[in-house]
Amino acid sequence: MNATETGLSRPLAAPYTDGVCDGVLRYQQCSACGGAQTLARYACQHCGQRAAMPWRDAAGTATVRAVTEVARAPSEEFRALAPYTLVIVQLDEGPRLMAHAASGVQIGQRVRAGFFEHNGRALVRFDPMV
Amino acid sequence: MNAVSRPAYLRGAGGTAFGRHEGRSALDLMDDAAALAIDRSGLQRSEIDGVLCGYATTLPHLMLSTLVCERLALRPRYAHGMQLGGATGAAMLMAARELVRSGRCRNVLVLGGENRLTGQSRDSSIQTLAQVGDMDYEVPNGASVPAYYALMASQYMHLTGVTSQDMAEFAVLMRTHARSHPGAHLRTPITLQEVLAAKPIARPLSLLDCCPISDGAMALVVADQPSDHAAVAMVGAGQAHRHQHLTAMEDVLQCGAGEAARRAFDEAGLGLCDVDYLAIYDSFTITLTMLLEEIGFAPRGGAAQRARAGDFAAGGVLPLNTHGGLLSFGHCGVAGGMAHAVETWEQMTGQAGARQIRQPRHAFIHADGGVMSSHVSLLLSRED
Repeated sequence: MNATETGLSRPLAAPYTDGVCDGVLRYQQCSACGGAQTLARYACQHCGQRAAMPWRDAAGTATVRAVTEVARAPSEEFRALAPYTLVIVQLDEGPRLMAHAASGVQIGQRVRAGFFEHNGRALVRFDPMV
Repeated sequence: MNAVSRPAYLRGAGGTAFGRHEGRSALDLMDDAAALAIDRSGLQRSEIDGVLCGYATTLPHLMLSTLVCERLALRPRYAHGMQLGGATGAAMLMAARELVRSGRCRNVLVLGGENRLTGQSRDSSIQTLAQVGDMDYEVPNGASVPAYYALMASQYMHLTGVTSQDMAEFAVLMRTHARSHPGAHLRTPITLQEVLAAKPIARPLSLLDCCPISDGAMALVVADQPSDHAAVAMVGAGQAHRHQHLTAMEDVLQCGAGEAARRAFDEAGLGLCDVDYLAIYDSFTITLTMLLEEIGFAPRGGAAQRARAGDFAAGGVLPLNTHGGLLSFGHCGVAGGMAHAVETWEQMTGQAGARQIRQPRHAFIHADGGVMSSHVSLLLSRED
């Protein structure tokens, strides 16, 4: 049942968070200029128009732009995982995304999205493309 | 009201020591800072006709400025709170300047403080701060504020050639400066090797690349008349807000700092070369490196070289954060960023005691909130 059928409002980022649960990365594409963006927004960061922003499925391939290994986890639930690698990647469709990654990934490296569950929540992890 | 803008001056400033203030509340600390700033301004408490107050994570309140006014027995004609992360203090000073310039107020108290260290658990503090991340895209990954800055650092280092050794220079410099300030949180000397060997928090950032969490408060008075000590005029201000979340930062080399600074310099009619004192936000060593380089006080990848050459030392050509900055004076939220402005006022008015350097003529202040998200630049000039 979708939001229209129930009459309940759906969180703006739901197509993304639902997608991660279903094993697919989604991004918004501006119907006015065609620009692609991550994070859920009400208007296009490229052209500034408050145009329709339909969600598209990403290929899941990306390039690493930033990487860190978190040693000091912010909460008990992540302390068990530490140290863990976080990255910001640039999706092949253009926009950036923060996610987990295989230990040792390097800036500039080509990676592909995979998915895992931690404490009942679906998360994205990028692994090097072979 | 006069159609022509009136001048605005930093008339008084003061604060508590930073560190551990066991058993003291956010309001206890703010009261101490406000009393000192008002006393140093030479004004009567009844003459404070504007109050701007920063948020406190240990005292969430719908109307913090009004609460503060009631507790401190102030009855301003204008008051509100503000939340802009680490840029709150500088943004409040900019707003206070506008209130004075417009004639709306004559004496505006700008105030921030909290018991961030002892008023909550460390985990609670770290989790609260991590909420500057996106709740759907970033925070669920187990990201922390140091992790956001570490990600940004990795990209900046990749693009500019800045190294961990370069960034460590600023941890050492801030500690050296803090040693001369009795109110600083961290005063034990550290070496470059100790910074590099410190336990990792989020690579490439080690514990000593990160500021501590402190208790403390700071206050300043922005007025239409100068201090008796020296006339420190607020001659320029600028802001830039390009993103909230790191994921949305389009260019790590143009995060908004340069844009805010240009607006301030243009308004003041001054250039980079006129500045003889720097008060720059330093939540992490990468923060300071990026701000110095993007604003133009050092070439890309060259900030550490200027530090090694002694340029940013107390006796250098461009003294930087002579109180020790967030990295060593300490960080208690809004007041952490305000401490840079209080130190600037003390140095410009010749009241820095044993730390006193040659009284600066033109000082540049810059603060950022979030993950280089909100930028505020201020220019101060001594008129005497």
